[in-house]
Amino acid sequence: MTNLTFDIEICISCSDAACLTKCQHISIQRDVAHKDILKIARGEDSPVLHECVTCYACEEYCPYGNHPFYLIVERQEMLGISPQPSPLIKRAINIGIPFRGEPDIKEINGPVINIGAFSPLKHLIEGKLFEGLTVISDDERKMFHYFCQLMYLHYGKISIIKERLPNIIANIAKHKPTEVICFHDECYGAYTSFCNAYNIDVPFKPVHLFEFLYNRLTVLKDTIKPVGLRVAYQRPCSSRLSPDKHKFVEKIFKLIGAEPVKRKYADENALCCALTIQGQKKEGSRKRALEIQYKNIEDMKDSGAEVCVFNCPACYDTLSEKVSQHGIIPVFMSDLCRYAIGEINLENKRFINKYG
Amino acid sequence: MDDIYKTLCRIVGNEHCSNRPEELFIYSFDLGTFEPKRPDYVVAPKSVEEIQAIVRLANENNIPVIPLGGGLSLAGLAVPLKGGIIIDLKRMDKIIDVNEKARYALIECGVSQGQLTSYLEQHYPHLTHSEPGAPPAATMAGNIMIHGQGDLAHPYGFTSDMICGLEVVLPHGDILRIGSSAINAGWFSMHPLPDLNVFLGWYGTTGIITKLSIKLFPAKKIRGFGTLVVEDEDLVPEIIYRITHTQLCEDIIAFSRAIPPFASGLHHITVNIGADSEKELEFKQEIIWDDVLGEYIRQDFAGYLGFKRGLERPQVSKTSDYKKGGGFEYVGGIMPVETYPICYKKGREISERHNIPYTVTARVIGAANSMMFAWTYAFNRAEPESIKQAREALHETDGLVLELGGVIWKPGVYGQRLLMERLDPVTKDLMKKIKTLLDPKGIMNPGNWEIF
Repeated sequence: MTNLTFDIEICISCSDAACLTKCQHISIQRDVAHKDILKIARGEDSPVLHECVTCYACEEYCPYGNHPFYLIVERQEMLGISPQPSPLIKRAINIGIPFRGEPDIKEINGPVINIGAFSPLKHLIEGKLFEGLTVISDDERKMFHYFCQLMYLHYGKISIIKERLPNIIANIAKHKPTEVICFHDECYGAYTSFCNAYNIDVPFKPVHLFEFLYNRLTVLKDTIKPVGLRVAYQRPCSSRLSPDKHKFVEKIFKLIGAEPVKRKYADENALCCALTIQGQKKEGSRKRALEIQYKNIEDMKDSGAEVCVFNCPACYDTLSEKVSQHGIIPVFMSDLCRYAIGEINLENKRFINKYG
Repeated sequence: MDDIYKTLCRIVGNEHCSNRPEELFIYSFDLGTFEPKRPDYVVAPKSVEEIQAIVRLANENNIPVIPLGGGLSLAGLAVPLKGGIIIDLKRMDKIIDVNEKARYALIECGVSQGQLTSYLEQHYPHLTHSEPGAPPAATMAGNIMIHGQGDLAHPYGFTSDMICGLEVVLPHGDILRIGSSAINAGWFSMHPLPDLNVFLGWYGTTGIITKLSIKLFPAKKIRGFGTLVVEDEDLVPEIIYRITHTQLCEDIIAFSRAIPPFASGLHHITVNIGADSEKELEFKQEIIWDDVLGEYIRQDFAGYLGFKRGLERPQVSKTSDYKKGGGFEYVGGIMPVETYPICYKKGREISERHNIPYTVTARVIGAANSMMFAWTYAFNRAEPESIKQAREALHETDGLVLELGGVIWKPGVYGQRLLMERLDPVTKDLMKKIKTLLDPKGIMNPGNWEIF
């Protein structure tokens, strides 16, 4: 089994324990945080392991790339401290089991897009922006052969990821892609951050969707009509695994003439959608999730956002109706880009259905 | 051309009458495992008078008559076991009246549940009915005829408990009215006259329901469902008991199934909640998920999956995709809720023994007074061996329902026989007398509820 690349010496010499002191869900002083991350590193119990809501953010807060979040999840599993109740863990583990035969492998020898377990959303990768790309996972019956598995970080089950991810990578590699555009941050984070942290070989080049969209929009620049909308971005938890790609959010907005609103909960301070918090074992979790969502949406409203932009389908599923109720249009980033090049209308997004 | 056919054509018009083999073939089977049997004629009347004339003709000539609604019972209840005339009632599709203030709808027997839902959504969005989980084409009359249950079964019971009045064409052709309409007092109540209702659950063997008045209920502006997941089936009855104690929910369903894998070995309890405001919704959610069920979550016995707006009705038909060939049939049992764990365990055993992925679903009826527990078996329509396997599993399950102290719901002929073997002699004798009194020639849907 692959081991986490983690260096305790980095934490020993770290002066500010930003991984924990910046956490928006745990209130902890610097000296306590410093001691606690070391306790966790040594395999000892810590209140942090119980309080963690699995928002991934500490992975970004650590300036040394020492993988505090993966460490926390490792220890949660080792000590049997999952934030989620057992039936939800079992359910989640079951979800990723393919059950409709083997994947249909065709060699592409070109760029592909992988939408993982989101095949029902293939309407989001249509049009000029995605021309020339082969979709390797569009069969809903077989999509779990391409499911990156990273969601088990929310369930304190890193062993499931380590066990299954190499097979998923092998399935993708069999298509012989020259590069793999990842529909979701989670997939990109799996094939870059996670695989790097666990020394898992990735025999293809993963590309972040936003980087791809930005490059395509640059090519199609002449067709862009500035959207002139004030936008708030709902940053997904797995975006914390690739903070170097977060800059493409702003670059895309600039290119298509969208105005990102100035808000409290943006970028490093972004709030998660709280989907996984609502079901956690800790008392009051359902209400805590509602409060986070309320704060997040109020912040969008107060900052004057007209549109809430999503990348993660789970965030969209959780928040789209709620933002819509507050007069904010929920839109996937790819749809906003398609709107900018005149391919779709946003008016029908105002009152949303599931998945737009 | 035979005289019966000519007369039928005269009654309903040539275009609504057929004895052509290709059309008789369509009416020879339902979607379950029951062996097909062709009728001799198919007619589609448009009025009560036409139905009266057809029944009189059948009576004079000793021809079986089989009333047909959506034809979706799956148990072969409208398969013409002894040939005869199938009366397809789908053209009797008028929604005659909706009494908004008294909350009932008077409809013809061919009105489908989808039609009623759609009509209410369009014209009376603040009213709803207890919509069955069957496909939209299932008729309301068919649903009450089999004692069906809909998505308001928890607060209000079986759909057949929601009847405010009936119009029935009796086997000799007369029209009977039951309820307040019997004294021309409107269609608002089945009571308080002496009870004459010997038609529901009889599958048309005592008469053909031609009109019904059905209760409507307030439609809340927000309707959605929350889901609780548990692994230990023994916890399901007490959780249902506690949820029903709140009296805050609409539908309550528990299900478990092998495919898709997410639900395998787990029990999902979906709780429908209606509210007119966010405040009301949160009030109900807090009581149900935090106050009543919170301890199960904190103790690691259960997980809350969240609340989704919009209703997702139980669709056992999804199991038809488990095997190639797209067939499925289920046995339903009206069971005490406390038998959920054993129903689940035994159901899994039967499925696994017959090499069929298991699917079980339970719907709470009333204040957990009972539940409809369904064991579903998929089969390949193109493979006789697969059909045989499913049929054996179904028959075994019919026996299981009785063994566990339940009553088979909408039994086919096999299940009817099992029930009649156990029927109290006095009950059985009265049923026989009623049947003989109303249908002395035995022309009404013969083969069903035949009591000897």
